[in-house]
Amino acid sequence: MRKTRGILITAMTWVLVLMFFFPIGWMVFTSLKSEGDAALIPPRFIADLSFDQYAIVFERGMGAYLLNSLTASVGSTILVLLLAIPAAYGLSIRPIKKVKDVLFFFISTRFLPAAASILPVFFILKSVGALDNITAMTFLYAAMNLPIAVWMMRSFFNEVPLEIVEAAQIDGANLRTELVRVVLPILLPGIAAVALICFIFSWNEYFLATLLTTFQARTTPPFLASFVDGRGQFLAVLSAAATIAVLPVIIAGWAAQKQLVRGLAMGAVK
Amino acid sequence: MTTLTPPPTMPTAATPAATGGRPATRPRNAPQRKKARQARALVLPALIFSVVMTQIPFLTTIYFSTLQWNQLRPDEIAFNWFKNYAVVFTGPDFLPSLMSTVIITGSSVVLSLLLGLFFAILLDRKFVGQGLARTLMITPFLVMPAAAALIWKWSMLDVNVGMVNWALNTVGLPSVAWNTDLPIVTIIMLLTWQYTPFMMLILLAGLQSQSREVLEAASVDGAGPWRTFQWMTLPHLRQYIEIATLLGSIMLLQAFDPIAIMTKGTGGTKTLSYLLYERAFIGLDVGQAAAFGVVTVVVTIAVATFALRTLFKVFINGGER
Repeated sequence: MRKTRGILITAMTWVLVLMFFFPIGWMVFTSLKSEGDAALIPPRFIADLSFDQYAIVFERGMGAYLLNSLTASVGSTILVLLLAIPAAYGLSIRPIKKVKDVLFFFISTRFLPAAASILPVFFILKSVGALDNITAMTFLYAAMNLPIAVWMMRSFFNEVPLEIVEAAQIDGANLRTELVRVVLPILLPGIAAVALICFIFSWNEYFLATLLTTFQARTTPPFLASFVDGRGQFLAVLSAAATIAVLPVIIAGWAAQKQLVRGLAMGAVK
Repeated sequence: MTTLTPPPTMPTAATPAATGGRPATRPRNAPQRKKARQARALVLPALIFSVVMTQIPFLTTIYFSTLQWNQLRPDEIAFNWFKNYAVVFTGPDFLPSLMSTVIITGSSVVLSLLLGLFFAILLDRKFVGQGLARTLMITPFLVMPAAAALIWKWSMLDVNVGMVNWALNTVGLPSVAWNTDLPIVTIIMLLTWQYTPFMMLILLAGLQSQSREVLEAASVDGAGPWRTFQWMTLPHLRQYIEIATLLGSIMLLQAFDPIAIMTKGTGGTKTLSYLLYERAFIGLDVGQAAAFGVVTVVVTIAVATFALRTLFKVFINGGER
């Protein structure tokens, strides 16, 4: 009796999970169909599959947009790490006064909607000719992700046993060796997690990319809509483009599952 | 002001709990002063970068909001004090937009929280493929919002070839033109789908941090599963629910992508952030858009203040978990 109930709950769980996942699975399946099959109703669950749509996606120049996304995401992630690791260290292991105020400041910039700064940013970039510039996007994404990175990084630093740091200091290690030789190796998993989260948010960003880029520096999210074709069928090719666009982040997210929750909760939840 | 002040309940000295377990000792002797100086030098670059990239633009937005500045008439820029705000508050767009924002954010938060709790409870059980189920469940949150909006719009909800309508037809119901007839429902549905995994992840972390022994003891003492849930799990989950709700609200408040892609602000989906975009980049009225921007920030800060209080309460009560 009890066992039957368990099996029923498991079955229900799986049905619900698969329903939830269905749009993504269907997107991948559609991307492998021909345009004609993709638009059939009732839908075909068995069809000839091929990677033809993917070839079309790249023929339409998606590569350049993916490269822009990659540049801005990786560049901003590196910049964020360079700023956030020392800052988090200063806020955790090396006690400074007003830690709380500084943390509040960082988190408040995260809560500031992009709406608050988009107009000046637009006009400043326009006046210096940096609209549609991937370096500008890199810096903006770094600013967007810095607060999460500082908070998350600090929660990892807080787990480094003070004794280890103190032992290193007694050995006469100066600040840099202390940071690089002793603390950093312990933190590598944490740093990887922070990097993944920053990468995910930059890669998926749409608002700034739509408004501040046109062609040269256009990233993948705003480019995707160009696969919607008012005249012909486009479901399969759109699905292929979307699949390529979401794949890097999904893989990164799956790999960093355990750390994901912590980053999303800014270090408040493990 | 964008720099939020700590809630008054916080102890003024940086206590170990508040700063996350490390006492902020006052530098007394020379080496300690040197250390403090080094620490400041470490924090400063990040701080300066943040100020330059976020605070200065925001102050400029406030300045813009006091200007009469339409991009169509670039030679007529003039200072007009609070006239833009008067237009914002007395105009026909603000209140409906605020309502849309509240309805869309509120419903998505509540629905994704409830669904997230439901899935968290289901996935907290041991069952065949637990890890895989969890992996599949978190995926909607990872999907690029722009891609999700496009796939939902054309592949799931389309009147002719959408899978949702096909499913409705299969069970004998008529097709629904989701995007045009039920735009608010469409947006809420998509946001709920994307944010349920977020809520689930945080709540699942909460469920898994519960002490198994206490739960077993309760079950030995004859407490039924529902009573155990009500009296032990739910109170334990409270702070996780708070964090999930508040962080979810902040993110959902800024949701722009699905509205820009699916409904373009029609049918009651013109949220504050979309309205600002429309004013600035379609209406080309910079002054008014800036005023909308400032008001949006004030609304966000009202929510964020609660969020911050909760986050800090977690640090004080639970320390570093």
